[in-house]
Amino acid sequence: MDGPYLLEVEQVTKSFGGLRAIDHVSFNLAKGKSLGIIGPNGSGKTTLVNIITGFIRPERGFVRFNDRRITGILPHKIAQLGLSRTFQMARPFYRLPAYKNLVIPLFSPRVKKLVGGKYGDRDATAIDLLEEVGFERDSSVPFKPASVLPHGYLKRLELARCLALRPELIILDELFSGLSMSEVSSTVPIIEKLQVEGKTLIMIEHRLRELFRIVDRVIVLNYGRKIAEGNPKEVMEKREVKEAYLGTE
Amino acid sequence: MVSTAMFGIMAMSWDLLVSTGLVSLGQALFFGMGAYIAGYLNHSFGWPFWVTIPIATVGGGLLCTLLLIPVLRLRGIYFAMVTLVLPLVFVRIIEATKIFGGTEGFSGLASFHNIEEELAICLLALLAVLFGFRRLMSTDFGLVLQGIRDNDRAVISSGIDIYWFKAQALFLAGSVGAFAGAVMTHAYMFVGMPVFALDYSILPIAAAVVGGMGTLAGPALGAFILVPLSEALRALGPLRVVFYGIFLVVFTVAIPEGILPYLQRKYHQFERWVDVEA
Repeated sequence: MDGPYLLEVEQVTKSFGGLRAIDHVSFNLAKGKSLGIIGPNGSGKTTLVNIITGFIRPERGFVRFNDRRITGILPHKIAQLGLSRTFQMARPFYRLPAYKNLVIPLFSPRVKKLVGGKYGDRDATAIDLLEEVGFERDSSVPFKPASVLPHGYLKRLELARCLALRPELIILDELFSGLSMSEVSSTVPIIEKLQVEGKTLIMIEHRLRELFRIVDRVIVLNYGRKIAEGNPKEVMEKREVKEAYLGTE
Repeated sequence: MVSTAMFGIMAMSWDLLVSTGLVSLGQALFFGMGAYIAGYLNHSFGWPFWVTIPIATVGGGLLCTLLLIPVLRLRGIYFAMVTLVLPLVFVRIIEATKIFGGTEGFSGLASFHNIEEELAICLLALLAVLFGFRRLMSTDFGLVLQGIRDNDRAVISSGIDIYWFKAQALFLAGSVGAFAGAVMTHAYMFVGMPVFALDYSILPIAAAVVGGMGTLAGPALGAFILVPLSEALRALGPLRVVFYGIFLVVFTVAIPEGILPYLQRKYHQFERWVDVEA
């Protein structure tokens, strides 16, 4: 696989105090491809996402998106370039009704430029988006305050918030965590549809079976270092990866 | 009555900031800023109130916003601490440098033509702020402000510059606070260091808590309860603060959600009342 890449991460390094959270990590992702990031708890997956999306500035290395260096740019500007993410902890705008949660990204300069939209139109767009992620249109669910929605809906609301921005690159940080088997299997088709539409995806996931159905390539992090990269089957056969997950004898 | 309406406006100004996730302990900063701008313009140039109040409103809002922009990154208690300190700093600056009349302040300022005019301006302003802010919070702009309160990182991830929105909210809140200060200056025909006093920071908060935070109408209602109550208790002399305090404590324990949300809830219960047969 060679360029042009949509995302290039080059020798990125970040420490918290004495702890190397991310240690010289590099990888590339071509447009329209899907990449999985896996690794044990605390291996630096979310930190890596925070670096890519601009919430954390790396000490060394840089990130390029669409041939543009985005390291050092403010996170809301990065989001406006079309790089959107979900958060691992689904924290919606609790006091707003579910569909109003989506009006906020729809109000961003990026969406206004791409599709326009007036006050009022955004509500309809928001309800369409909720239907796409599996909210029943003809129920009261889209109109309930986010604070009363069950976890499964919150996760899908988070996905919808991310999609509302009409992103080119979507980063899903443990979207499946805390979902039941049936919720996961109803969410997988939504993601597969995004792939068909040609979206570029990065998924951080512990649910490996579902992840391997979706992505064609994974990288494995352990103690902040990239210890493996390649297609899912090969990677899981590697000794370093087995040791990271199961420990050494 | 005038001060009740002005405290109502101050309480709504505080409530707007809270709805944006900014907890201010320094409403006196907005109030004092407006009061001094109006007083200074009237004292030095003899401008009438219908010139000084608008200038004080916009100018006070701008100055407060500029002062607080550097700390907009702070959240919660850190932002609150800065806002608490600023008005106290202003008092000492005025005292030490003797600018703006020093400890004497400006007195003998122009007043309104008559009490009816004064009242009309106050009540119209109160209603304008009430409906203006309520309308604002239900627009998409207001949704963004509420989003910042609930989860600012998700708003950032939505490609929105939260500092720009926070600054706008601050300007609005600062402006109406400064307006209240400017009106009081002309009503009392005096402006001095007390305009930066803690009362102007605390009472709006108490009013918002009593009336119901985040509803805008609640804080206004709270002011209409607390300010007259405080006046009525004046007869008690030094014990006034004690009874006032007891009232606040009892109230907060009894109806922690605030009067307006409480009444709304009771009303909805009443409306959907059904008799359950045993």
